[in-house]
Amino acid sequence: MWTSLQKWSLLLGAAVAVALPLNSSAQLTTQDIDVRNGIAAHVGSITGHVKDAKGTYRRYCVGCHGTLGDGEGENEPWVDPKPRNFQLGVFKCRSTPTGTLPTDEDLFDTIARGMDRSNMPQWSHLTKQERVDLVAYVKHFSPRWTNEKPGTPITIPPEPEVTADRIKAGRDVFARVQCWKCHGVLGMANGPSASTLTDDLGKPILPYNFTEGARPKCGETDKDIYRIFMTGLDGTPMPSYADNIKPDEAWDLVFYLRTLMAQHSKEKGMAKSLGLKPVDPNAPAGQQ
Amino acid sequence: MKRNAHVIALLVLIACGVMILAASIFSQNVSAAGDGKITGTVKLDGTAPHMKGIPMDKDPYCVKANLTPQHLENVVVGSGNGLENVVLYLSEGYSGPATLSTTVPVFDQKNCMYTPHVLAMDVGQNFDVKTSDQTTHNIHPLPNPMTGNIPWNQSQPPGAAPVEKSWKAEEVIPVQCNIHPWMHGWFVVVKGPYATTDDSGNYTINNVPPGNYTVTAWQEEYGKQTQKVTVAAGGAGSANFTFKAK
Repeated sequence: MWTSLQKWSLLLGAAVAVALPLNSSAQLTTQDIDVRNGIAAHVGSITGHVKDAKGTYRRYCVGCHGTLGDGEGENEPWVDPKPRNFQLGVFKCRSTPTGTLPTDEDLFDTIARGMDRSNMPQWSHLTKQERVDLVAYVKHFSPRWTNEKPGTPITIPPEPEVTADRIKAGRDVFARVQCWKCHGVLGMANGPSASTLTDDLGKPILPYNFTEGARPKCGETDKDIYRIFMTGLDGTPMPSYADNIKPDEAWDLVFYLRTLMAQHSKEKGMAKSLGLKPVDPNAPAGQQ
Repeated sequence: MKRNAHVIALLVLIACGVMILAASIFSQNVSAAGDGKITGTVKLDGTAPHMKGIPMDKDPYCVKANLTPQHLENVVVGSGNGLENVVLYLSEGYSGPATLSTTVPVFDQKNCMYTPHVLAMDVGQNFDVKTSDQTTHNIHPLPNPMTGNIPWNQSQPPGAAPVEKSWKAEEVIPVQCNIHPWMHGWFVVVKGPYATTDDSGNYTINNVPPGNYTVTAWQEEYGKQTQKVTVAAGGAGSANFTFKAK
C-alpha cells in the first residue's frame, strides 16, 4: 500500500501538471482533440455533429487537411496555397471582425464555395447535413471554440442604388485608404508592395488581381466583396478597414471595385461613359 | 494508532492552511507598504553587428520622411555598449496580479518605423497603436493562436484613430506591416512588473514586492538570460546582464 506521503505527492504532481500552461509549440494530439467531440454546428435548422462527419472527413478532407486537422495531410507538400491548419482556428472568409472566430454559416459557405485559385474544390455536391457535420468537425480541431465565441457578424446596410457619384466617391476611398499599394491603381495586383507580401506562415502571397476574371475567394456578390475589406482576410496581408471606411463609403468602394473587374457589370459601363481615370498615387490627399 | 495518524494529518493540514493564509495577508500588507525595485544594466560583449540601412523606395512618402536612411533595429547599442530594447521581467517568484500596470503604452507608426521597436506590457494591459504617418499602414501582429492570443490585421490610413488592444497570454509577439515589409517590431507580453532598457542599457523594474525572484532579460537577436535576485521590503535588488555578440 502507498503511504499517505506518496498519495499526497501524487496529488500534488497531478495538480502541478494541470496548472502547467499549454506548450505553445506543441501540436495537438488525438486525445487533445477528442475532448471536443461533443461540439455541434448549427446552420439554419440543421445541427451538425462531429461523430457523423468522421467518414466524410476521412474520405474527402484528410488528404490535405490531415487526420489531426493541422493541414499536414499527405498531399500537403504538393499543395500551394497550403491547406488550412484547423488547430489554429484562423480563417480567411468570415462575416465577423478581424481576430474573431467565424460563424458556423461562414464555414458552411466556404465548404460549399471552395477556394478559388487553390486546391480547395467546391463541395456543393455533399448534402447540407454532411456539410454542417463537417463544420462541427472542422471546429473540433481547435481549442479556440471552447474558449471563445464566434465574433458578431458586421452590420451591412442595404445596398444603395449605383450612381456615377457613388462610383467616383468609391475611387476616392480607393485612393484614400491606398488599396493600390498592393492591388495596383488598375487592380492588376502590381502595386509597389505586391511583390513582397507574405502570409502568416511567411510564404509569398499575391494580392487579388481584379482584371483577370478570377472569382473573389470569399464569394462573388456585392455583399461578399463588402465583407472582405471590412473584416479582412485573417492569415493573409489583407487587413480590416472597418475602423476607417464608413458603411456608406464601403458601398461606394464596392461599386468602384466592380469597375476594375473583368466581369461585365453596370458599374463598368458607367465608369466607361464617365471616362473615369485610375487613381493617381502622387496626388495630394483628397485631390484625385 | 491509525486513527491518531489521521488526526495528526488533519492537524498538519489545518496548520498549513493557517500559515498560507497568514503569509498571504502578511505579504499583501508588505507589498502595499514596501515595494522594492530591481535595477541594472544590460551590455553587449563584443562588436555590435552591422545594422543594414533600409531602402524605402517602395513608398516615396517614407523616403521623404527620413532625412537620413533608417537602419534595422535588431541590435541597438548605445553608450558604454549598453543594449537598448531589452525587456526585463520576473519569470519566477512573482505571485501578485498579472496586470499590474494601468498606463496605456503607445506603439507609434512614425516615419515608416515602429516607435518603440519593442513594446513590453502586462497580460490584460491595454495599449494603443497609432499612426503619425501620411501613408497607409497595416498593423499585423502574429501571435501563436495556441497560446490564447489571437492574430488580427487592421489598416491605419493617414489620420486614422488609434486602436486600443490587449493580449490574453504571456508571449513574445512579432508585429509587421505588410505594405512596408521592413517594418518589424515586437510586443513582449509578461505578467507583473517589467522594464525595458533605455539607450544606455539601463533599466529599473518598479513595484517589486519583497521576495526571491528569477529575472529574465529578453533580447530579440540573442534570446533570454536569467539571474536570481532577492529584494528586501522597500529595498533594491540588482542584476546586470551581458549578451555576447555573435
